[in-house]
Amino acid sequence: MSGELHAYVLLVLVGFLPNEIWRMLGLVVARGIDEESEFFMWARAVAIAVLAGVIAKIVMLPPGTLAGVPPGIRLGAIACGFVAFLAVRRSVFAGVIAGEVVLILGALAYGI
Amino acid sequence: MPSAPTIDPPQRSATAAFLAGFGAAWLSVMAYVLIGTYIGLAALAHDFGFSLWWLAASTVLVWAGPAQVILVSALGAGAAPIEVAIAVSLSSVRLLPMVISLLPLIKQPQTRNRDLLLPAHLTAVSMWIEALRLLPPLPREQRIPFANGLGLSFMLAAQIGGGFGYYLATSLPPLLSAALLFLTPMSFLISTTRNCRLLSDWLALVFGLVLGPLLAFWQVGLDLLWTGIVGGSLAYGIYRLREARR
Repeated sequence: MSGELHAYVLLVLVGFLPNEIWRMLGLVVARGIDEESEFFMWARAVAIAVLAGVIAKIVMLPPGTLAGVPPGIRLGAIACGFVAFLAVRRSVFAGVIAGEVVLILGALAYGI
Repeated sequence: MPSAPTIDPPQRSATAAFLAGFGAAWLSVMAYVLIGTYIGLAALAHDFGFSLWWLAASTVLVWAGPAQVILVSALGAGAAPIEVAIAVSLSSVRLLPMVISLLPLIKQPQTRNRDLLLPAHLTAVSMWIEALRLLPPLPREQRIPFANGLGLSFMLAAQIGGGFGYYLATSLPPLLSAALLFLTPMSFLISTTRNCRLLSDWLALVFGLVLGPLLAFWQVGLDLLWTGIVGGSLAYGIYRLREARR
């Protein structure tokens, strides 16, 4: 039982707090900012760049079992998904499904 | 002939806006991506011996997929708590510019700080992407309840996925788990592209895609932070220069 309690204390101390600090800092910084300001425009560009960095990192340096899929198949799947999104009336669903199908077929062909 | 009003902002209550946000979540690919992602995360948590309740609590409290993956795998592997805390915090830097670029869209001059606590906590990639797309046409007074409905609905989707994943855990083949991990980059890339309006949005996307893996590969410390600051500032600077020349 104390082991279980310990897991929840750890969750708050090393999971919740170090993560939430960024949101609370954002709340404080955003207080004086309005939608038309230059700082807001800059923060939007920074947020998009960070997110793009996260996306590319997962594809190029993937976690867990995704690392077992060769890089060529991962990149091919991302490209096919993107093209499907553009081709099928900018449908996010179509893009995600196409990318997943290519990844699975590629991995199967590779023998995973 | 009386023209039918397209929207009737003042009549629609905060509850209706909340429910609209809650419903809008299920029309977004992100709800299903979250279910899939959290199936994978729950399988991981199960393998490392965490309970389903602990996982559910971490989803409510942390509400950031990559941070939860780090938390589960690092704690499960017995890493030192301080190391885990630092790794979690570094992975969540993206939340800062996201909150800064979301809250000005939903607040009004008279908005109290405590009314922004929940939307700030619910800010995650899924909610941020869809809020940026869905909020601008809405009247300002409806945006906070709408964002809360959207975020809580996404959190519900994650909990549903977590429940499924926990029970599927032992029978999840590696191919399926790889496919679930691939949902994140695939859906984030397409949804972000769909949101790009200004030149600075497009440039930030391209710079981030290039810089992210490059800085990580060169093992630059705080790689994502630098990706954001350098890529985002370049994108913003070029956009401003072009605007000034016009």
